[in-house]
Amino acid sequence: MKMRLDEETIALRAAKEFEDGMVVNLGYGMPGLCANFIPEGRTIFFQSENGVLGYGPLLTDEEKDYELINASDQPVTHLPGMCFFDSAVSFDMIRGGHIDVVILGAYQVSEKGDLANWGRPGRPATGMGGGMDLALGGKKLMVMMLHTTKEGGPRIVRQCTFPLTARNCVKKIFTDIAVIDVTKQGLVLREVAPAWTAEEVQALTEAKLIIGEDLKEIEL
Amino acid sequence: MPVNKIYETCDRAVADVSDGATIMIGGFGSFGGLPIRLIVALAKQGAKNLTIIANQGGVGFELSKRIKPGGYQDIGILVQNGQVKKFIGSVPALGGMPPTSPIETYHREGKIEIELVPQGTLAERIRAGAGGLGGFYTPTGVGTPVESGKEKRVISGREYLLEFPLTADFALIKAHKADTLGNLVYRGTARCFNPPMAMAAKITIVEVDQLVQVGELNPETVVTPHLFVSRIVEVPR
Repeated sequence: MKMRLDEETIALRAAKEFEDGMVVNLGYGMPGLCANFIPEGRTIFFQSENGVLGYGPLLTDEEKDYELINASDQPVTHLPGMCFFDSAVSFDMIRGGHIDVVILGAYQVSEKGDLANWGRPGRPATGMGGGMDLALGGKKLMVMMLHTTKEGGPRIVRQCTFPLTARNCVKKIFTDIAVIDVTKQGLVLREVAPAWTAEEVQALTEAKLIIGEDLKEIEL
Repeated sequence: MPVNKIYETCDRAVADVSDGATIMIGGFGSFGGLPIRLIVALAKQGAKNLTIIANQGGVGFELSKRIKPGGYQDIGILVQNGQVKKFIGSVPALGGMPPTSPIETYHREGKIEIELVPQGTLAERIRAGAGGLGGFYTPTGVGTPVESGKEKRVISGREYLLEFPLTADFALIKAHKADTLGNLVYRGTARCFNPPMAMAAKITIVEVDQLVQVGELNPETVVTPHLFVSRIVEVPR
């Protein structure tokens, strides 16, 4: 078995996309790890849809304050300049295109950039939360996901079979074996994990991958 | 003399909730911003066939013990009490592996109806209801299961769905401080759905950490103006 990147390392790679001064929303689960990997010297303003802009790292001690949490119910720290607002204003920010980068988790992404990240067959009572608004509202939507299912099946597919979050919304995909851009021409493979080849990544991907001219090893 | 809005207990504040009422419940998830004492009082009061409008449906006490040592109460107790006929919100049940949230169990057994609303659409439908609007067009949900049965309209080349307002008979909300008139200030991320819901119900009942005299709140910092608030219960933290 070839080595795959762990979740922290995928987050480290995704966070390299953060530019100084950007407003970023991190989705439920794995994307939240990106808050721990801000590139040195850059200031990032994290927005959370429950109504805070500019919060700090996750709290690890016992002094947890459950009236300062992110959207994953995790207590976070105060930072100077932080501000609070209600849910309606929060989604004005999101839907209105005022968030620079959104990173969400995914069950499936299609070759056209369709995203399925909230519902699974047989679970009609689980909800999308803010995912649908975030998927279409951010200026740039990136996805962090494991490349295959637990059973080894593809998650990057020709067409999503799980309920959609939004169509044509994903711009970039970070997985445990690859970095892929979603372009008008199709999915372009830009980076592969150490020791992986483009052919091996394609074999685990249902959608057709275009090999990027500058294909390289994932830079960390 | 303005009408007295101060109630001594949460039990008295929710005593007249009738069977079949529509109730908005503030908060976001299970922590911070949930008016938990009012929820517990409503569970005790026992009104049935309720329609609950809230962001999340709660996990119930059994499942909560897996999330936080000792467990905690949330909207799940109303569901497990058999009081809820319909739930309108963005996360009725958590998506993880079983054991499942109470709403998922009740829904599977056909005992509860669910209306799934994306979170931003939920906030805006409440704001529309609060502000007397007939609805609005949003791009959220286009091309997904959410668009089913909704009017679709192209505006400036982009597709939008028509969404209708939400209002309620009662709103149960949580704030940090109230003055005796009912002006409210919030604390941290416990604000979330509370301010829009406070504005969208016929009777808004607020649970506050601290009740202060008129004049003690800085008018520049009041988030919910007092005319939206009907009843105030002080529950010191």
